[in-house]
Amino acid sequence: MSSQSRREFLKTAGLIGAGAAGLKPKNAQAAPKKVVADDRMGVLIDTTVCIGCRRCEYACKIAHDLPTEPEESYNDRSVFETMRRPDESALTVVNEYPPAHNPNLPTNVKVQCMHCDHPACVSACIVGAFSKEENGSVIWDESLCIGCRYCMVACPFQIPANEYYRALQPEIRKCDFCFERTKEGLIPACVDICPVEALTYGKRFELIKLARKKIESNPQRYIDHIYGQFEAGGTSWMYLAGQEFTNLGLPALTNEPAPGATESLQHAIFAYFIPPALLFSLLGGIMWINRKADEAEE
Amino acid sequence: MHHLTEPRPVEGKFLTPTVIALIIIVLNGLVWLVIRFLFGIGAVANLTDQYPWGILKGVNVAAGVALAAGGFTTAALTHIFHKEYFHDIIRPALLLAFLGYMFAGMSVVIDLGRFYQFWHPLVFWNGNSVLFEVAICVMAYVTVLGIEFMPIVCERFIGRVNLKGVLSIFNRPIDLLLRYSDRILDKTLFFFIITGVVLSCLHQSSLGALMMLAGQKVHPLWQSPISPLMFLLSAIAVGFPMVIMQTIITEKSLDLKPSTNILANLGKYVGPLLGIYLASKIGDLVIRETFVYLTSFSVASVMWTIEILFGVIIPLRMFFWDKVLTSRPLLLTASLLLIMGVFLNRFNVFITAYKPLYTETPYWPALGEISISLGLVALQILLFRAFIFIFPVMSQPIKHLRTKTKYAIRGVIR
Repeated sequence: MSSQSRREFLKTAGLIGAGAAGLKPKNAQAAPKKVVADDRMGVLIDTTVCIGCRRCEYACKIAHDLPTEPEESYNDRSVFETMRRPDESALTVVNEYPPAHNPNLPTNVKVQCMHCDHPACVSACIVGAFSKEENGSVIWDESLCIGCRYCMVACPFQIPANEYYRALQPEIRKCDFCFERTKEGLIPACVDICPVEALTYGKRFELIKLARKKIESNPQRYIDHIYGQFEAGGTSWMYLAGQEFTNLGLPALTNEPAPGATESLQHAIFAYFIPPALLFSLLGGIMWINRKADEAEE
Repeated sequence: MHHLTEPRPVEGKFLTPTVIALIIIVLNGLVWLVIRFLFGIGAVANLTDQYPWGILKGVNVAAGVALAAGGFTTAALTHIFHKEYFHDIIRPALLLAFLGYMFAGMSVVIDLGRFYQFWHPLVFWNGNSVLFEVAICVMAYVTVLGIEFMPIVCERFIGRVNLKGVLSIFNRPIDLLLRYSDRILDKTLFFFIITGVVLSCLHQSSLGALMMLAGQKVHPLWQSPISPLMFLLSAIAVGFPMVIMQTIITEKSLDLKPSTNILANLGKYVGPLLGIYLASKIGDLVIRETFVYLTSFSVASVMWTIEILFGVIIPLRMFFWDKVLTSRPLLLTASLLLIMGVFLNRFNVFITAYKPLYTETPYWPALGEISISLGLVALQILLFRAFIFIFPVMSQPIKHLRTKTKYAIRGVIR
């Protein structure tokens, strides 16, 4: 045994332990359960109505101050030859898929952030730069982000994009449900511009009712599935289609919230900091017993 | 107990052909690093919106942290379970862990889009984020390792602070500071040692939870609900082999007296620890019935087989064999195989298994990120060498007779 007596050992251990215990639980306890407002907004995308005019892409760029070609250039349908994904220069894109019934009518599918009710990005973000707002939108806070890109790893829809070629202040970009516009009472830019009303903006629960009614009144036109009603625990944006959604580039997901078991696992491990404290005491106990035994030997 | 060895700074030639080769690798990495900071991470790495994480995270962070586990396993063995027989390896293991974590952290900062905001997690907390937990535990653990290393600095410099010129006025204050911290640490170091072990258990397992959030984007062979447990078990299993590998190579490179007996006895622990890890791996495979993926020939099944066969099963058999434990080349081989196995496991979980939904082109690391990654590893080896030249880290036979010595909890002979 060194110069330190056992008594001192215990005293110091107790003091430091108490300090740690007093500090940690307040900060380590589970964050409040994510409350999702009942009347949160959403958008219903009817892919059987969409004509692939890509005006939503144009409006989105204007609304978010992104560089864009003139509006006429969006008439070019040759872009549909390859499947595109939203990226740092386009927060929403429209893709085209082979038709379900009528060979002359391909299916066009607009892609953007789904604004999950239990977003993986919000759960993942190391600094809490993502948040699920009361109106349903999932937004990113530029001032907090450190650029770790864990949100991109986590997103089950593979939506967030990153500016890899900017050395300073690279941004994570994704659809923000036109948060700035809706704050002023406007509707999202893409919904606003859509010439055929393929997009419907409204309270999410009303949109589900609307979608149900559409499916029931026209069962030949739609398959009996509202994509996003339950997928990944429910999303604010939902789709209707005349064919399986997996044919339309949408991932087949379970109804489990995307953060899955990680949050509960994490909170179990850190519940009021008890498990780490127990481990600490256990190890401290083993150490003390072993030293005592060694001391007795001497 | 009498000890015939004491830690001393090693003597010999610092510059060898290997060292010069390492310096070149570091300089090459440095060039790419400049490009990264001038033109963004995309300029040196093949990262896309589909593949946001590359080898800087998968290799330098995930595998790097696992391979730095020698620090906490040795601390637990020698201090907590009080096996003082192994006290010669405490300091090299501590240095290994300290440098390993420093460089894992450095790699994270290089990889961050907004690297200058790396401190944000300290201020802006998200208790739901696994990554947040990893970050906090790692930062805390680096601090703890630094504190655990302080007694070595004190031992080296107390009474020997000798700054030249104007700086010489600081000699006395620094010396007093060292003496003061040495006294404080003498009484409190046990707290930091236990804390270090607890923090290690927490973040080693949390690293395994990181990719759970990616859900179906991770191949089922590796996407397991007990991934955190398997990460912890494999980190514990790879800790001693890392110390063995490091000791054998250092002793060979610097012509030190070989410590075969200690290493053989250390190797005895590896077999059982590795057995537990293998059991968890196989149990997971059977219970989740993921063995179906092994019946088809694919990148995933081949990588999984290499990882388990060459990285776990063969070293497991070797570590249970006395002939291996007493033969330095065989012990080194077994250790290297296991190190490769755990390295490959982290690589597989973070890189091989990650299949984004809309793959355009599969991820393959770019020359730039490989250069930076290798440069970091080379610099780490160089710093290790420099540290053992400067500080009393490696235990060597005592030159002169000394009065009977005792050592404190940290294993310091005085």
